[in-house]
Amino acid sequence: MANTFQLEIVTPEKQVVRDVAEEAQIPGLNGYLGILPGHAPLITELAVGVITYRMRGEAHTLSVAWGFVEVLPDKVTILAEAAERPQEIDVARAQKAKERAEQRLKSNDPEIDYTRAGDALQRAETRLKVAEEK
Amino acid sequence: MANVLDIRRRIRSVVNTRQITKAMKTVSAAKLRRAQEGALAARPYSQMLTNVLKSLVSRADVYDPMTGEPRHPLLAERPEKTILLIVVTGDKGLAGAFNTNILKIVSKFIESKPEQNIDVECIGRKGRDFMRRRYPIAPERAVSADEAMGISPVQPGTEAAPRAGRVQIVGEHVGILGKVEHSFASNLAGSIIERYTRGEIDGVYILYNEFKSVIAQRLIAEHLLPIKEIGVVDVRMAEEAEEEERKRRIEAAKSAGVGIRPVDTHAVDEAAAKFGVSPVDYIYEQKPEQLFREILPKYIGIQIFHALLESVAAEHAARMTAMDSATNNASDMIDSLTLVMNRARQAKITKEIIEIVSGAAAL
Repeated sequence: MANTFQLEIVTPEKQVVRDVAEEAQIPGLNGYLGILPGHAPLITELAVGVITYRMRGEAHTLSVAWGFVEVLPDKVTILAEAAERPQEIDVARAQKAKERAEQRLKSNDPEIDYTRAGDALQRAETRLKVAEEK
Repeated sequence: MANVLDIRRRIRSVVNTRQITKAMKTVSAAKLRRAQEGALAARPYSQMLTNVLKSLVSRADVYDPMTGEPRHPLLAERPEKTILLIVVTGDKGLAGAFNTNILKIVSKFIESKPEQNIDVECIGRKGRDFMRRRYPIAPERAVSADEAMGISPVQPGTEAAPRAGRVQIVGEHVGILGKVEHSFASNLAGSIIERYTRGEIDGVYILYNEFKSVIAQRLIAEHLLPIKEIGVVDVRMAEEAEEEERKRRIEAAKSAGVGIRPVDTHAVDEAAAKFGVSPVDYIYEQKPEQLFREILPKYIGIQIFHALLESVAAEHAARMTAMDSATNNASDMIDSLTLVMNRARQAKITKEIIEIVSGAAAL
């Protein structure tokens, strides 16, 4: 069996990755998935988190928001609403978003949508984490 | 006959104008090219999403096997009492009849729905200005605390929010077209879906200038909600451009070096068509129903995103065409003015010679 698989990451704005990889870790909704070549066919939703993949021995990271993934033995395709490389992340903006979300969660305002604020916080934190690995 | 100096001054001013229109044309052509690339880049994602949805329709028992009724609220049709109309225009003028044409079809669309209440969501400054002159802005709707937390969703039909008029403006989005971001489209889609499921609106249409290529353009009213069939653009009203306008577009595109044929998307589409539909037994980590529920809103978002991208491309194309015509007109004007100027100069010289000759003869 081949020891690599085709990895494609697509967002509405562009094709982010299209290359061969040896290994990938993907934040599935039910927990992280480690994917090696020859994985069983699988379809799952993505959570907010970090994608890590190894390409010719080199590790790469990306932050993703909501997405969707199809795994085939020789190919992995990820549809993500947003996928950013560490150098693309606007740290200042993420920091601000994080503070805003935290403030919302702390306030006792009944009009706050807690799930949404929580999601926003998670997204911001993921971005910051990925940005640090630059 | 006019003074030579005056005519020369006018020529100079027209030359300057021509320079400006020419520059604007070049800029628009470059922006058009970029917009086309953007639309192309968005293609794989939307194609793949559509494919997955289609394949899920059969797996997720979206339709009730007994009655054939759809189980998802976004698919169920109900009588249209209030409809939402999204109007996509440009932020800027000087694009020929681009904005006017859209607004004309907007008026036509509104006239074609005399029975329904219409909420209007304006994208683009020109459309907003037009709608504001004609229709009132909706009163702020007070959202109760429970509702905001999602505790007690209002039952469809019980909603009786006061309206400012039969047609009212519920949203304005200005200045987002410079760089169309997917997050905007997806947020808008989210808010629309919320209103739809709450029963505030019973149908959603988006009116924009479809852009397949410089020569293949239409003004269309696309039916977004409820979804009739996934992967099929449901066009309810369409208007083609006039023959003359098309010729002008082709000419402008040629002189600006922009391709007039639609970009070949065959290879991209083919690759995208394979997504999520391989003839293998997939392990579904979530239930197909759940996946379907999650993806459907994204589908609406991507449709709005697409409409915006196409509208932006069409706007640049329209501006390019308009500026091309303006440049040609300026050139014609310079030619005819030059002719008039030469004639005037000749007349002046002739007159002077006659004066000298007749003066000499008188001696």
